[in-house]
Amino acid sequence: MISLNEIIEGFFKAFQLILSLDPEVLNITLLSLRVSGTAVILGSIVGLPSGALLGLYDFKGKQLVVNFVNTMMGLPPVVVGLFVFLLLSRSGPLGLLDLLYTPLAMIIAQFILATPIITGITMAAVSSIDRTVRETAISLGATEGQLIWTVLKETRMSMLSGIIVAFGRVISEVGAIMIVGGNIRWYTRALTTAIVLETRRGEFALAIALGLILILLAFIINMMLTYLQRKGERIY
Amino acid sequence: MRRGITVLIAVLAATTILLSSILVYQWTTKPEKDLILATTTSTYDSGLLDYMLPVFEEKYNVKVRVLSVGTGQALEIASRGDADVVLVHSPETERLYVDSGDLIHRVPIMYNDFIVVGPPDDPANIEGLSNVTEAFIRIAEAGEAGEIVFFSRGDDSGTHKKELSIWDMAGINPSGKSWYLETGQGMGNTLIATNEGFSGKSGYTLTDRGTWLSMKNSLDNLVVLVEGDPILINPYSGLLVNPEKHPEVNFDLARKLIEYFISDYGQQRIANFTVGGEQLFIPCYGNAPDAWGTEEEEQAAYEYWGQPEFDPPSGFFVVLEETSIPEFKRDIKDGKSKIILFYSILR
Repeated sequence: MISLNEIIEGFFKAFQLILSLDPEVLNITLLSLRVSGTAVILGSIVGLPSGALLGLYDFKGKQLVVNFVNTMMGLPPVVVGLFVFLLLSRSGPLGLLDLLYTPLAMIIAQFILATPIITGITMAAVSSIDRTVRETAISLGATEGQLIWTVLKETRMSMLSGIIVAFGRVISEVGAIMIVGGNIRWYTRALTTAIVLETRRGEFALAIALGLILILLAFIINMMLTYLQRKGERIY
Repeated sequence: MRRGITVLIAVLAATTILLSSILVYQWTTKPEKDLILATTTSTYDSGLLDYMLPVFEEKYNVKVRVLSVGTGQALEIASRGDADVVLVHSPETERLYVDSGDLIHRVPIMYNDFIVVGPPDDPANIEGLSNVTEAFIRIAEAGEAGEIVFFSRGDDSGTHKKELSIWDMAGINPSGKSWYLETGQGMGNTLIATNEGFSGKSGYTLTDRGTWLSMKNSLDNLVVLVEGDPILINPYSGLLVNPEKHPEVNFDLARKLIEYFISDYGQQRIANFTVGGEQLFIPCYGNAPDAWGTEEEEQAAYEYWGQPEFDPPSGFFVVLEETSIPEFKRDIKDGKSKIILFYSILR
């Protein structure tokens, strides 16, 4: 029965699954969090400094790099998945690592998706704030180090936004982790790939329930990050 | 200016070191290899593998990781050495991989059949036909008349290839016709689309019986219209990845898995598996349907595989005898492994 009943039933099922702490749902949810969380943390470690670097300094060919980063922000997850798959396949260049169909392979794919977003947003924030702050700081006699510190401090809220956007993108992404993770039960099955599977099986209510859990999760994490952001703004 | 760049480059370098050390760590502490089974959505989504595999995992103390994809993708993944063993249903495509030497020791395991489903009022008037080629001709006529649409998997799967071969026999090239819609998705999604129809027209499609049975409760607008044509037999084969081409595959264990499926015990369990009271797969090791292959191919398979024994592990009690869609089902044994997994994730 494909009707509104499925959605209502999905709501009840979601509550039931959450309240009963269903071990499989917990496993799936924790994997989603672990994979996307790690990908975003690694993506921030790379993306924040690179974004700041690109925003702060001019160099030859910078426009090309900027365009490249902006293009990468819109990378289709399926293409990234296929690319990582071919890379990690036993017949591929990194086949020896034996990483295909592991959570780490999923992290690598989502890292590739998350990093350009964090880089791009940081870059935009730093370069937009750059001129006025830089001039003020220099006129106040700031050194190079103090100058960079000031600019980065000024843009930290935008950086947090970049992280939020990147997390939202990877936690809801299905194309890449389906290919490189394989949606293996108890091992590489994440919320989004489980939703695809249950839809394929015709278990619509369960698929909706998993979808609600995903949305709830994203909501809670965004609330926490936004809280941090607000707190940061007040202190500043 | 110089100092800033130095600092940022240092940060980037540190990141690179961090990332590569994680990779190396993963590489060196890789746990013992599991067995990877590349198979089709029909065997996994119907619940057959969740029913079959726990006995094997218990006996050999191994985890079988199931990749449930289309037949085309399953064969391709295996031929790259990314899986250890294959369970698929497309004899012609399987032969290509056997001929190229990537996959070896093809063996018949079981079969089920394809059926044509469509709307109960049946505008194409195919209900009860025993000749599926005739049914396809009528579907094409009704399609041309603008009365119905036909949904095709369009994904290179075993079902898709079977469908194309029937169009071929009917002498029709449906590609690009306005009534011929290729979803490019799995059987489940294609059935869902067929159930919805397209711009007010009812849908027809060719499906394997297993997926149909496991999903028909969600498919109010569809009934079985054509079944029983010998052409519609759908044989499933097991194949091993050639260890000479891919020495890293787990050949011995892969072999044991197929032995389990073709042993008397395994064949009996396949026959016992039901969804909603209906048997989904008919075991056929030693008695393969014509559609599986030639006499010689059969002889070669039986010569290699012989009559393997499989003793179920002692102390294993199967609670999963009544089956439905297997997700989130609990039995005592599985419950234990879930809790262990849960802790390992928390840790």
